[in-house]
Amino acid sequence: MIFSFYPLGDSAVVIKLGEEISKPISNNIQALCAWLDEYTFEGFVEYTPAFTTITIYYEPWIVNYREMENLLQEMMGSILDNKVKTEPVIIEIPVLYGGSWGPDLNFVAEYNNISIEEVIAIHSAAAYLVHMIGFAPGFPYLGGMNEKISTPRKDNPRSKIPAGSVGIAGKQTGVYPIETPGGWQIIGRAAVDLFDINSAVPALLKVGDLVRFMPVSETEFMQIRGGKDGY
Amino acid sequence: MGIKVIKGGLLTTIQDVGRYGYRKDGIIVSGAMDTVALRMGNLLLGNSEMEAGIECTLLGPVILFETDQLVAITGGDLSPAINGCPIPMWRPVIVNKGSTLSFGKPVVGCRSYLTVYGGFKVPKVLESCSTYLRAKIGGWKGRALKAGDFIPFRKPYEFSVAKFNWSPDQKMYPDYSGQIIRVIKGPEFDLFTEKSIITFFTEKYKISMEADRMGYRLDGPVLHLSDKKEMLSSAVAFGTIQVPGQGMPIVLMADHQTTGGYPRIAQVISADLTQLAQMKSGDYITFELVTLAMAQDLLLNREQQIKQLKQTLTFKYG
Repeated sequence: MIFSFYPLGDSAVVIKLGEEISKPISNNIQALCAWLDEYTFEGFVEYTPAFTTITIYYEPWIVNYREMENLLQEMMGSILDNKVKTEPVIIEIPVLYGGSWGPDLNFVAEYNNISIEEVIAIHSAAAYLVHMIGFAPGFPYLGGMNEKISTPRKDNPRSKIPAGSVGIAGKQTGVYPIETPGGWQIIGRAAVDLFDINSAVPALLKVGDLVRFMPVSETEFMQIRGGKDGY
Repeated sequence: MGIKVIKGGLLTTIQDVGRYGYRKDGIIVSGAMDTVALRMGNLLLGNSEMEAGIECTLLGPVILFETDQLVAITGGDLSPAINGCPIPMWRPVIVNKGSTLSFGKPVVGCRSYLTVYGGFKVPKVLESCSTYLRAKIGGWKGRALKAGDFIPFRKPYEFSVAKFNWSPDQKMYPDYSGQIIRVIKGPEFDLFTEKSIITFFTEKYKISMEADRMGYRLDGPVLHLSDKKEMLSSAVAFGTIQVPGQGMPIVLMADHQTTGGYPRIAQVISADLTQLAQMKSGDYITFELVTLAMAQDLLLNREQQIKQLKQTLTFKYG
């Protein structure tokens, strides 16, 4: 594993594992997250994993940059030595595709010259890898979407996208955990919350999880929501 | 026992030092823009540094105290007054039951902090009382304070001393008068043209009208990349200076999102974030390059000073 360190300001250090999105890099980042969950050190604040990097925030009056580098060298060494085999967790997300729940589904189908049914079939066939969480609480950056349903972002982003909206932007797919403005093509609505502030673990997904979207009917959707949001 | 908000002010929110530990879940840190002012306000009252206070922005709120309380106003000088009479900043002040705290003209800086003895009784969300406005989480119902809000105190103020005759050495107050903001190189510093680097450190940048808790957009000479790479999103920090496509830098502030995908030319040193937090639209910034070692030394000094203050004040409060 090739890696490099660099400072992100005086209170964070970035470990970079590569230039391109890849499964092996994602696995290594997961292993680093697991290591940091297990062994914290004095001065450690928290970490944020991303596509090819993991950023560690620390208190420099307790441990300075040089000391951090040494610590991280040791950490990298022990990760490499013990190939941490973490079984990926598969999360199934029920989705109500189309209609008023997925107002851009028609556009995605037309843009790609396929039928709506094919878009749904392709979108729900894959197991997507969660590469990182960012942009909004619990928002997953998912890898592995079939390019047959790639669709560019909307020229005019919507000022409000309901929480739970499942969208496509370019080659990426994702789910909006909270209501925000956005330019993604919305193809459906997830029946589970990706972010729940009242839960002990507020974000449903984490780096390394695998996500599968499961098409459900309107009735099933209502049952799962169980009367939440006034449905 | 608590305060009643009579007028909300421009942007008045409950903030503590920030919500840490959840950035990997996309939950931002938020917290006070000027954490040093908040911490000092708390220490002046014998509170834990971590207590939540009220951050007032430019146009301060009007607040009625329903019971006696000991307060401190720190940070920018927004002309605080009790019942119309100006009160000193950076020291404990007794507010009598039925009195009104109000603010007037901004004199220095733009963000002022109201801390109270024992802190406010505000529920913690994910271990912090800071307000995440965008996600409507934390603080007071996830939003800015408005007229009619009643915020309880954690405990009553029952000291007999009517007046405090001391305040910390003026050397301890942050100096908000500067225009120079020190930075270290950002991760993508080398991707910028030599000309742009020189420009960045010699020209003044003005804080535009688009400046808020999320970030300050700066107006000034455009910055160019010599190597235009599409970047993968990765983590950013308070003080990260990003340069999006059109070449105008944005400095990320307390409510910045956890990750970003724009090139990062520089990173404001933590010791200068308090200065930056007190700058507003129309103010000019000159950036100065320092080393990482120096940045960390400055931060170490600052923490030592705050620790000293804490020790001195613990002695006073017993």
